[in-house]
Amino acid sequence: MSSYLLSLAIWVPILGALIVFAAGANKNLARWTALGVALAGFIVTVPLYLGFDMTEAGMQFVEQRAWIPRFNIEYLLGIDGISVLFILLNSFITIIVVIAGWQVIEDKVAQYLGAFLIMSGLMNGIFSALDAVLFYVFFEASLIPMYIIIGVWGGQNRVYAAFKFFLYTLLGSLLMLIALIYLFLSSGGSFNLLEWHQLRIDMMPQILIFLAFLVAFAVKVPMWPVHTWLPDAHVEAPTGGSVVLAAIMLKLGAYGFLRFSLPIAPDASQYLAPMMIGLSLIAVVYIGFVALVQTDMKKLIAYSSISHMGFVTLGFFIFNQIGVEGALVQMISHGFISAAMFLCVGVMYDRMHSRNIADYGGVVNTMPKFAAFFMLFAMANAGLPATSGFVGEFMVILGAIKFNFWVGFAAATTLILGAAYTLWMYKRVVFGEVANSHVAELTDINNREFLFLAVLAFCVLAMGIYPYPFTEVMHASVDNLLKHVAVSKL
Amino acid sequence: MLKNFVMPDFYPAAPEIFLLTMACVILMVDVFLGRSKRWITSALTIVTLIGCALITYLTMDGQVVLTFNNMFVDDLLADFLKLLVYLAVIVVVIYSRDYLVARQLDKGEFYVLVLFATLGMMVMISASHFLTLYLGLELMSLSLYALVAIDRNSSRATEAAMKYFILGSLASGLLLYGMSMVYGATGTLEIGGVAQALHLGVANKTVLVFGLVFVVSGIAFKLGAVPFHMWVPDVYHGAPTPITLLIASAPKLAAFAMAMRILVYGLFELAEHWQSMLMIMAVLSIALGNLAAIAQTNIKRMLAYSAIAHMGFMLLALMSGVVGPDRHYALNAYSSAMYYAVAYVIMSLASFGMVLLLSRAGYEAEHLEDFKGLNQRSPWFAAVMMVTMLSMAGVPFFVGFFAKFSVLIAAIDAGYIAVAVFAVLFSLIGAFYYLRVIKLMYFDAPVDAAPIVASLDMRFMLSLNGIAIALFGLFPNALMSLCTYALLRSL
Repeated sequence: MSSYLLSLAIWVPILGALIVFAAGANKNLARWTALGVALAGFIVTVPLYLGFDMTEAGMQFVEQRAWIPRFNIEYLLGIDGISVLFILLNSFITIIVVIAGWQVIEDKVAQYLGAFLIMSGLMNGIFSALDAVLFYVFFEASLIPMYIIIGVWGGQNRVYAAFKFFLYTLLGSLLMLIALIYLFLSSGGSFNLLEWHQLRIDMMPQILIFLAFLVAFAVKVPMWPVHTWLPDAHVEAPTGGSVVLAAIMLKLGAYGFLRFSLPIAPDASQYLAPMMIGLSLIAVVYIGFVALVQTDMKKLIAYSSISHMGFVTLGFFIFNQIGVEGALVQMISHGFISAAMFLCVGVMYDRMHSRNIADYGGVVNTMPKFAAFFMLFAMANAGLPATSGFVGEFMVILGAIKFNFWVGFAAATTLILGAAYTLWMYKRVVFGEVANSHVAELTDINNREFLFLAVLAFCVLAMGIYPYPFTEVMHASVDNLLKHVAVSKL
Repeated sequence: MLKNFVMPDFYPAAPEIFLLTMACVILMVDVFLGRSKRWITSALTIVTLIGCALITYLTMDGQVVLTFNNMFVDDLLADFLKLLVYLAVIVVVIYSRDYLVARQLDKGEFYVLVLFATLGMMVMISASHFLTLYLGLELMSLSLYALVAIDRNSSRATEAAMKYFILGSLASGLLLYGMSMVYGATGTLEIGGVAQALHLGVANKTVLVFGLVFVVSGIAFKLGAVPFHMWVPDVYHGAPTPITLLIASAPKLAAFAMAMRILVYGLFELAEHWQSMLMIMAVLSIALGNLAAIAQTNIKRMLAYSAIAHMGFMLLALMSGVVGPDRHYALNAYSSAMYYAVAYVIMSLASFGMVLLLSRAGYEAEHLEDFKGLNQRSPWFAAVMMVTMLSMAGVPFFVGFFAKFSVLIAAIDAGYIAVAVFAVLFSLIGAFYYLRVIKLMYFDAPVDAAPIVASLDMRFMLSLNGIAIALFGLFPNALMSLCTYALLRSL
């Protein structure tokens, strides 16, 4: 059974980007072309969900052809319940990013939009690659557009942030490359991930492989203590860049754990699980406190992202169904919420050119519609029931308590901490008297801003009230993964 | 007196003979051409190289043919490498013309010397005898020394030429001395004969290993590997940019062929000895090249250090060929080395081509600052340079990634995981200075807003070069397989 849907999901945005570059001279033409490409990119991914067989645990929509026969590398694509949602999320967020940059970006418009489209295609490639080299190639190539986006359209300290982002992530992926080659040689010459899942490996190599993958994915997630690039990158990136970083790029690392670390090195994963749980809890609790004291809104949300991603890795390494599914739901939900939060900050930044909490106050008086949306997203970020933020966190906490009461307890503190830092920021920015003349001059959101905030608000609420369509898709695959991980490969 | 004389078979050497004849013709024709008609010389040079390519292609039969008393060999490896050399030199001639015309350096000597250097490389590639190899090497080197000094008014170029000449002669001397040791131990200078003597175990190992040290030093000098790298930054920097472009491209292929012919074809039995030497040089080259490149402000010097690091990577593949007595790694390792050399030449051409593109009459764009804001001056050529830099840094989807990838496979396969990790970490450091060029082009505002002026053929060729880097990265299999096949049929 061959299907071209995944190839379309990857190459439509990338080739579309070339058209956008060609339209470069005319800004409006570039914008409309980019929007068309982004919509087309999303439309080709819809059949992936509609045609998805929820009862099937294995790979679907598989495409297989030879790419580099010299090393037995294949162009092998396929998705299961774990990856399908990310492809949709990614293609969806790309549309939002194109709309969000509409009036804001005036400098080198075509290059800006083209970079995002290319990145969208590359990330779809990461989520659907089943050949390790193909995965790696997409994984590393996705650094290039982000590097350019941060460096060209970023803030004051953009050069530093761009270099830190690129080199940090490259360090991780290079060690992973060594592990991939080692696996290629020990599997007798195959880069096929599904074959690697069946490969028997001794404990010591398993641990080394796990650690090599850990460096790559932990940097990307990011886990404490290799998280320091993220606040810099987020603060300096333009709004669209922050959105893609938070909504999609952070998920790549977590996805890597599920696709590589757990199934290829299950024994090492079990053995090192206490370490992983420890690191995750540090991220959840410690980074939560760090977020509390931030004075820059983007930095605060960046730290909140790290804290939320700590939840995701925690969910993976407690090895029960509700934990892993909760973590996946958390990833999707965080994709919506963090995107929305960064867009909200972006809306304010475009008017005030400041991200400092201290420069604001009383925004509700001048921007009531905006304040309502911001309220909803802040609540979702804090994990309010009936928003998507609650579902994932609740499931992970349940799973953690099943695993060990005190782990669950520590994780549950995030509900307090998250509420504290998000709502406190919200209070200082939005409520109170109008703080200064700049705030008094603010104008409320326009139709374009209303559009993307409303769409995201709908997603956050829908997922919070009726998460079934999301959990149902991943059920069979997660079940299969956990059964696989439970069997020793020694 | 002539009764033992047998007419040798000239057929395998047809491209060399054609090139030599044409070089002499061009030398004569050029005398009658004024400055305004110098383009004829340039066109004739390109036609000659295309003619060579046709001859090589048409006479390619995949057989190993020896001629001139086994001094000269025509095999698939030689044909393949020669075709690449022609291509590289054609590109060099096209990239150089604007620069040379603007500086009144477009003399007939330039073209003739380039052709003689090419002939030297061809002879090196086809050598199956130490003396032939030496002849080719000297022909190439002497032409290059003269080319470096072609701008007689530049004291920097003259200094570079002197340095290149003295150190190069020293290296040639070392190589000759090493060869004499090999001759003393085996009684022959024929590469096949040396291999046979070693195989039968009739040679004196001590003398051989002693000679080997000198031979390896000579090869390392020509490749520019640490600790024989001192000339590389100075010559790359001092030479006029077209000459740097030439030195940094085609001769690397010839040097690869020399390493293959001497070490793998000739002294394979001594692999355990030369492999350990290559390992030290590879590790040092990768480390020093990448570290020193960071400190450079001149892009030619930066690319020179990057060349040292790249040659280290190539040596890494060459040293992974044999593990103990086990030879099944050999093909993969040597074809990775060859693929790396080819990929490097493609990238090197594009990078120095960009330096030439930005240079104008009376202005050398050789400082990193000259790349500032290139994206605003010409988005397309900024993209070409970005692709080149990323490819050199080893980022996919570009040809440089797959070159590094196949070298790493060879090294890890041979069990050198620690060396592979080391190489990878240093290429991370290397990524910094390539990224810095991208930063200058994209993140900074231009200092010099002058539009880019270049002739159409140069723009076309440079664009094609950039596209090739990307295409060979998206579809790396063809080139990889060609390298493997050429080696397989020639071993």
